[in-house]
Amino acid sequence: MLDTSKQQSTLIDIRGVSRVFPKGSGEDLRVLDNVDLTIRSGEIVGLLGRSGSGKSTLLRIIAGLIAPSSGNASCRGQTIVGPPHGVAMVFQSFALFPWLTVLQNVELGLEALGIDAAERRKRALAAIDLIGLDGFESAYPKELSGGMRQRVGFARALVVHPDLLLMDEPFSALDVLTAETLRTDLVDLWSEGRLPIKSVLMVTHNIEEAVLMCDRILVFSSNPGRVAAEFKVDLPHPRNRLDPAFRQLVDNLYARMTQRPTTPPPTFENIPGPTVGMVLDHVSSNVLSGLIEALAAEPYYGRADLPVLAGQLQLEADEILHLGESLQLLRFALFHDGDLVLTEAGKRFANLETDARKKLFAEHLLAYVPVMGLIKRVLDERPSHTAPAARFRNELEDYMSEEYADETLKTIVSWGRYAELFAYDEQSETFSLENPGSDEGSG
Amino acid sequence: MTLQDLRIAVLTQAPRPNIWDVVALILVIGAMVLIVYGGEQTTLPLSALDTAPVTLDPVHLPFYALRTTMRMLLAMACSIVFTFVYAAIAAKSRRAEMVLIPLLDILQSVPILGFLTFTVVFFLNLFPGKVLGAELACVFAIFTSQAWNMTFSMYQSMRNVPKDLDEATQSFHLSGWQRFWRLDVPFAMPGLIWNAMMSMSGGWFFVVASEAITVGNTTVTLPGVGSYVALAIEKRDLPAIGYAILTMLLVIIAYDQLLFRPIVAWADKFRFEQTASGDAPTSWMLDLFRRTRALRALTLPFAGLNRAFSNLDVEWPKSFRFPVKSGPPSRLVDALWFLLIGIGTGYAAYRAYTYLSASLEPSDVYSAIGDGLVTLLRVTVLIALATLIWVPVGVWIGLRPKLAEQVQPLAQFLAAFPANLAFPVFVLLIVHYRLNANVWLSPLMILGTQWYILFNVIAGATAFPSDLREAASSLHLTGWRWWTKAILPGIFPYYITGAITASGGSWNASIVAEVASWGDTHLSAKGLGAYIAKATEAGDFPRVVLGITIMCVLVTLFNRLVWRPLYAFGERRLRLG
Repeated sequence: MLDTSKQQSTLIDIRGVSRVFPKGSGEDLRVLDNVDLTIRSGEIVGLLGRSGSGKSTLLRIIAGLIAPSSGNASCRGQTIVGPPHGVAMVFQSFALFPWLTVLQNVELGLEALGIDAAERRKRALAAIDLIGLDGFESAYPKELSGGMRQRVGFARALVVHPDLLLMDEPFSALDVLTAETLRTDLVDLWSEGRLPIKSVLMVTHNIEEAVLMCDRILVFSSNPGRVAAEFKVDLPHPRNRLDPAFRQLVDNLYARMTQRPTTPPPTFENIPGPTVGMVLDHVSSNVLSGLIEALAAEPYYGRADLPVLAGQLQLEADEILHLGESLQLLRFALFHDGDLVLTEAGKRFANLETDARKKLFAEHLLAYVPVMGLIKRVLDERPSHTAPAARFRNELEDYMSEEYADETLKTIVSWGRYAELFAYDEQSETFSLENPGSDEGSG
Repeated sequence: MTLQDLRIAVLTQAPRPNIWDVVALILVIGAMVLIVYGGEQTTLPLSALDTAPVTLDPVHLPFYALRTTMRMLLAMACSIVFTFVYAAIAAKSRRAEMVLIPLLDILQSVPILGFLTFTVVFFLNLFPGKVLGAELACVFAIFTSQAWNMTFSMYQSMRNVPKDLDEATQSFHLSGWQRFWRLDVPFAMPGLIWNAMMSMSGGWFFVVASEAITVGNTTVTLPGVGSYVALAIEKRDLPAIGYAILTMLLVIIAYDQLLFRPIVAWADKFRFEQTASGDAPTSWMLDLFRRTRALRALTLPFAGLNRAFSNLDVEWPKSFRFPVKSGPPSRLVDALWFLLIGIGTGYAAYRAYTYLSASLEPSDVYSAIGDGLVTLLRVTVLIALATLIWVPVGVWIGLRPKLAEQVQPLAQFLAAFPANLAFPVFVLLIVHYRLNANVWLSPLMILGTQWYILFNVIAGATAFPSDLREAASSLHLTGWRWWTKAILPGIFPYYITGAITASGGSWNASIVAEVASWGDTHLSAKGLGAYIAKATEAGDFPRVVLGITIMCVLVTLFNRLVWRPLYAFGERRLRLG
């Protein structure tokens, strides 16, 4: 289906690319660090990683939407400055123009290229035909279901006959069934050689999706984003999710994604330095409690295989890893070989009543989340027992971007409230030791 | 619709005219004739105004209405062009934005009638001896009452263009020009149309005040509904006022039905939402044109032209393009830019100071500030009173969907209706009962603007979620507690939006409302509005400038210190859903 000359030609060449986002204070935020990547004709390459691992940033560098801070990104031998010709993109949110019909949306890219009306119409109808949108030409996007909208997104990208198709989590806004249909349709068209493209680069955080579609998967590590590992997928299309080789690969990828850069035996020593300046992702204490309970109960009894657990809880790989990391930070659980294992404290937590749980949670917060200890100390020391949030926000912003500082502050407030460590008044943005719950006796 | 259906529709639609074509054709040709006829009148020499003065004969009213409407539409066209240019520059150039947006904020709070003083002189000198100069001055006055909020709306839309669509336009290589017409303008369309309708309503108020202009010893009376009313007031002709009100009513209904409703119905497709909403707005006029066959075929070249226009190969200036963001902007250029702004501001301040200090004493400033505080008090009291009256009424109506459906358009219509037409009635009453003008002229300021409070509160109460209402009644919330815990917080953001509009409008109206006359009976209340009105009449430019400056400062301070924090509070804490 693909001749060898295509196989060899290099489309995209990324050498030592880094990207830092400048921040108001302190160090710049490094999202991508020294990444190398080559995309050749005839392959589907997947970028797999957690949110914040810089994979979307890398995709946007290739799309010419942002420039690398250092290193060189080139497309067919030419350095990328602005969106290169021969590269088209499919968006997670579809990015359709709601005031244009399906046909007009598809024709848009051709119009920008200055292609004349007759040719435009012919190619647009061909793309619409190919992607299975016949009969929807005059519909507006809002009249379509999510799956149909993403088909328009595909048709719009394919109609310009790009060498490289970029896909930014193209199925993650769709429900499970729709996403699966679209994936298989696309893989079928690809393996039959009917797509007018040479290569695909897709960003995903869905491990099974990557294994299902890609020829090559690059696993990204977070903070800063680096290529942590590369997996080749040699399984023939169409691939079967129940195939043992498929399952093995999924398990390997899970293990690789929970692994730390230095692969130590699982002790807390290697969990990244808990400092005041660490970013706390917001996870509700309810969700954490629920996860601990699920882990403690049958069939896991304190140890769960991540793909299995994710399947049962209907979570994406990204989400389950996210939750697991919060538990790991609080020493209620830890990752081991692609499993999530409950610690003694975690098991104890599962069996406690609400008030006792809050106490244990508070102890762990103070012991393992330095910023919590800091806030508590400041509040204890001040005669008024109050402190403005700005005081801690400034301190956080020395280490992280504003958005991360906001997220971290939100987490601090939510966890602190649950643990009844302190109160927070949103109006005046102050922390205090008063607990309005306690005088009404509900705490 | 399948593809085949589509083709059949296109084919059968082409040449054969139907009955709707005839109707639509007559409407189109009628509009063209009227425009040409009205336009011819403006090239006459100024002396023609004296030979054919405005008369109170109602036979002339349709002609006057035509002239007035054309002025408003012309001003609207100018506003749209201004909006596109100004908003595009402000949204795409960071350095221009630093100057343009605060400037717009101030322009919004400048009393519109204050502009008239300067522009009349300017435009009359531009076309000496021609009606055109006076016409332009009038159009400009209307323009200043229409443009600012439209520009703000466009600017805000352009800043909030969804990131994915922005990336899509870049990724598909749309040029800056293509992007503007394909993304920025459509995305801004719904907000722009809504603001244009508000502006059109607001424009009526100023049309009445700006067609018969007296600045110092220059008096210009342009044929129009406004000058008709002015003459009726001078001649104490109550029936003529009635005719004018009726005319205006018909005109407002006409352009609402013939112009705005079709546009709103058509623009529904630009609303940025991914799911289909319940009721789409409809318009019989648009349906009529959509049913025509031949006329629709005739519009095809226009659609092609439109497409060609938006695809024109126009290069933006470099700073407008969407550069691939690489590094922070140059500090040095920023510093130079700030220096330039500083020098410009300093020079302007110096010129203003020398101009004003030549003829004004510090005591003038104090007395103007004193008058300003009186007007401030008036505005505050009136807003409070209007709130006490219209919030309960609005809630009562809003919670009854059937009733709200009928009252809502009425309230919007009342807001559009130029309240200055009702002034003579007030003057008569005040004179007849020997009332205190300082107190009883005040309601005129809020006569036209109170409806904003009403229809926003109705909208808020209609949008109040029914599950919250049910929860409130199941918790036995009644009386005062129900008001303070349930409904008032629920409608607060809506109320604030209405109150901001009402307060801004009242300040503007003060210039006409604090001085009112009926024949040779002149009533005047103490206040900044009267101060500016009198200075205008006397052609006392330094005092006009001073009055306008003080009003600007007061309005801006009031907005920043009272309304914005309240608005932010409402948006942050009380926005439902």
